[in-house]
Amino acid sequence: MMEIGLNHYLVLSTLLFAIGLIGVMRRKNLLLLFFATEILLNSVNIAFAAISHYYGDLTGQLFVFFVIAIAASEVAVGLGLLIVWHKRHGNIDLDHMSTMRG
Amino acid sequence: MFEAIAFYLFAFLTTVMFFIAVTTTQALHALTALAAGMIFISAFFFILGADFLGAIQIVVYSGAVMALYAFGMMFFDTTRDVKEKNGNKFIVFGLSILAAVLVVVIFAAPMVSTNIVALHPMIEGAGNTQELGMVLFTKYLVPFEVAAVMLLVAMVAGIVLAGKKMDLSLTLMNDAEIIDAKKEQHKKVL
Repeated sequence: MMEIGLNHYLVLSTLLFAIGLIGVMRRKNLLLLFFATEILLNSVNIAFAAISHYYGDLTGQLFVFFVIAIAASEVAVGLGLLIVWHKRHGNIDLDHMSTMRG
Repeated sequence: MFEAIAFYLFAFLTTVMFFIAVTTTQALHALTALAAGMIFISAFFFILGADFLGAIQIVVYSGAVMALYAFGMMFFDTTRDVKEKNGNKFIVFGLSILAAVLVVVIFAAPMVSTNIVALHPMIEGAGNTQELGMVLFTKYLVPFEVAAVMLLVAMVAGIVLAGKKMDLSLTLMNDAEIIDAKKEQHKKVL
């Protein structure tokens, strides 16, 4: 109980991943959907860092590094697309973009 | 002892913050809770001895990404309540927990089955940042450069997508020009 091992971190990562998944499934607003995906990425980052620490291997930390870079670029492109969509249609709800009219 | 206290404290705080971010109906509350959760997650990196990643987490996530979201929220109508899907709650929760357990199995299966040998073991007598730099600029140099190009592409895409009509300044135009610009905007959206 008092000794924090790898399993503690993996359980925490699972918990946060479940929270993120709940967010992805119940959110309708696209901006808040992005928030939920950030939670997913962060929970995986914790698992990577914990495995890296407990096995004495640096690969996990490097993957966290690249995941953070990918998340940053995803936010930049995604927010740009959201702004364009909002200028055109006046909302960012998922229900309004279920059909692709081009 | 202190490690356990810190772990449980920050685990509780992170879970609560992310739960608020997922369940609240106010977009501003979600943004604030998410930023707080990101900062709490950096505490785990510091506990795990990954100092560089902890600093990166604070700078990139809490600084850049959250500032970008806050900037993007200025474009959207964020004051009204967010409507949500009202599906079957048991299906949603069940699927979430199932998928999360699956992820842990994916992570844990190779560890249980074989003895892992460190591919890039920790280097003796070097700080965390130095270790990361040594591996990053030798083994992972090409992915590093590719990530740099990807960030450049993302930056150009962000400017192109969000920067339309940014050359017009409302304070430098007189009223007639503003009305003309509005008419033109109604004619051709974007």
